[in-house]
Amino acid sequence: MQRIILCLCAVLTLTISAVADWRQFRGNDADGLSSVTVPTDWSNGAPIAWSAELVGRGLASPIIVNGQVVVTASSGPSQERLHVLSFDAETGELQWERQFWATGRTACHPKTCVAAPTPASDGERIFAFYSSNDVVCLDLDGNLLWYRGLTHDFPNASNSLGMASSPVVANETLIVMVENDAESFTTGLDTATGETRWRLDRPRAANWTSPVIMTDEADGSLHVLIQSSKGVVAVNPKTGEESWNYQDGASTTPSSVVSGEVVFVPSNGVTALKVGESNPSVPEILWNEGGLQPGTSSLTAADGRLYLINRGGVLASVNQKTGERLWQLRLKGNFSGSPVIAGKNLFTFNEDGEGFAVELGDEEGKIVGTHELGETILCTPAIADGAIYVRSDGHLWKIAQQ
Amino acid sequence: MRPLSLSLLICLVSVSFVQAAEIDALLEQVKAVGPKGQGNLVAQQAVLKLSQGDREALLPILHASNDANPLAMNWLRGAFEAIADDTLKSGGELPQHDLEEFVLDTDNAPRVRRLAYEWLAKVDESAPDRIIPTMLNDPSEELRRDAVARLIEAAQGAVAEGNQSVAHTNWKQALEGAVDEDQVNTIVEGLKEQGEEVDLVDHFGMLMSWKLIGPFDNKDMKGFDVAYPPEQEIDFSAKYEGQLGEVEWKSYQSEKQDGEFDIGELVANHKGSVTYATTTFESDREQDVEFRISTQNAWKLWLNGELLFAREEYHRGMFFDQYRVRGTLKPGENVLLLKVLQNEQEQDWAQDYKFKFRVTDFSGRAIHPADDRRASR
Repeated sequence: MQRIILCLCAVLTLTISAVADWRQFRGNDADGLSSVTVPTDWSNGAPIAWSAELVGRGLASPIIVNGQVVVTASSGPSQERLHVLSFDAETGELQWERQFWATGRTACHPKTCVAAPTPASDGERIFAFYSSNDVVCLDLDGNLLWYRGLTHDFPNASNSLGMASSPVVANETLIVMVENDAESFTTGLDTATGETRWRLDRPRAANWTSPVIMTDEADGSLHVLIQSSKGVVAVNPKTGEESWNYQDGASTTPSSVVSGEVVFVPSNGVTALKVGESNPSVPEILWNEGGLQPGTSSLTAADGRLYLINRGGVLASVNQKTGERLWQLRLKGNFSGSPVIAGKNLFTFNEDGEGFAVELGDEEGKIVGTHELGETILCTPAIADGAIYVRSDGHLWKIAQQ
Repeated sequence: MRPLSLSLLICLVSVSFVQAAEIDALLEQVKAVGPKGQGNLVAQQAVLKLSQGDREALLPILHASNDANPLAMNWLRGAFEAIADDTLKSGGELPQHDLEEFVLDTDNAPRVRRLAYEWLAKVDESAPDRIIPTMLNDPSEELRRDAVARLIEAAQGAVAEGNQSVAHTNWKQALEGAVDEDQVNTIVEGLKEQGEEVDLVDHFGMLMSWKLIGPFDNKDMKGFDVAYPPEQEIDFSAKYEGQLGEVEWKSYQSEKQDGEFDIGELVANHKGSVTYATTTFESDREQDVEFRISTQNAWKLWLNGELLFAREEYHRGMFFDQYRVRGTLKPGENVLLLKVLQNEQEQDWAQDYKFKFRVTDFSGRAIHPADDRRASR
């Protein structure tokens, strides 16, 4: 009986923690949305609660798990040293750091780096993934649980420009895209052991997009959507079995976003898809808008609106039902990271390190604050527990009221 | 409150500390881990038990890492760092003397020596000053890099103080140990300001003299898997039917200071084509080496008729030491055959048809042909 109570307590704690966490690229649901309130008064600059020094290079987003801020980095002349660092979210104090040696190729374009993919977590484990296709699984105390070298396994699985796809966790499976010009695949790894559950041969073309998760509203089952130059394929996260396939091509840089039963895909502009009613293996195209051209940043969706930033740094608000552009707002600079949304506000940082807090109105968007971090920012911010976290190569910042 | 961590749960059902006698068995279980998740289940239990151990396990882990495969090395590193970190956080001491002995013994694996050094340096501030200056010609790429960095700093300091003689001595010593492109470039600039040119082709050991034959057909990128006659035989007197008519082997010499061998410039940038390049490399003994290749083109490499690696990727950038392929040179003459493929992309940035090729030890130090250091040029 005592054991059952202990287990229930543990489950309850994990559930509460999940709400406060930001466990993977663009959040727990990989959609860039947070339900927490964060400071929006940036009139005197964003309130910086703390900053911490980082090592080497890194453009992976921070993730937040159970009060820990976890970031990855890569260092050394060839970036062959892989780092995982955990900071106390409250104080910014470094709790632990672990380092490993890359077993795959570390060549990449100078703008990016080996620590480009954002790590992921299931609340108990941390999964760090790198451009070298090394996958490190640690517990929350930094103890190694398992290690995979996917380029060690498949020596031609690499991209000379570097890889950047971030893994996601669904149904006790870590979905990792290793899509490139040569040996291209996506694989599902057992989160407990690192063993391969499934492996799909994928189009041989460099691909920097990340998988997203869609929940079937009818039965609650999860589907992982894998985007490539060929389109989007939905698979069962545990088996890799295909459930539907959209074959009209898609971007290889910005990723899709799911809102309810609709996925918005950077395909021929932007295309809205939902699972076909008559034939679930063929998605239904709700609308296509060729005039919507996302740049590097992935799409975000909230409250019936779709948001995207184009190559010119212009933020657009789009009606999710029709594809109609409702308003647009010129920000400034180039954006590599993706925007995130908390409540009625969108946050994003340009490559020059200038952050923008944008109030999202029905008729217009309004910049309500900016903040200069003074360093190159290529990551997507993370939001958890009333704070925004963002990192450069050299620093990790927590933006929150003190 | 933090939920129960996995390691804590495992602790509750396993032995709370690792007996010395168990360590060897656990190390072997971790070292048995292999590609594609092979051995993960057993290794996971073993590495967690190891990680619960005390500092007595540190040296055995380092020694076990010496001959571990690259995956197992990382598993072992995870255990080492967990123990070392816990030891320091709990107020314990690392075995400094043993760590230093391990670092200084060049029979140990370079990466593992570096790991030992970094943890030693955390607890012994004097270790870097004592150890690093002796590492200029060390087999460890990272230890040597630190030694070079010190000399570069000393040279720059001497330049700032106007002491050109001391600067020159430091630049020259630094160059002796430098293998990384960024450090070499800094040194080259420093010496250049003193009026001294460095032969980068010689320093990096670039192979500049090749016989070429081609073009063969690679339209629609279909030539990658086609075994044209040079893959069957290397006969310098033979003539074959190529993409644009009869082709035969011809000798070419690159004069590029950066070591590039530019097929497009020396011959022609035939779109959708295959060119084969061959050269010989004299070795005075059997030795394991790395072939370090840079190219934007697809390629295949054979050593003495054995295919070492094949890479079908076009125009994704060209970087120094972009590819590292290991092979074993036999004593005497070794025949290298490189298949280089150009596709039909039309963008300005997709026109390169060239490569850089050098032979090095595992740390990146150039290995020159035994017969004549300049023969390959």
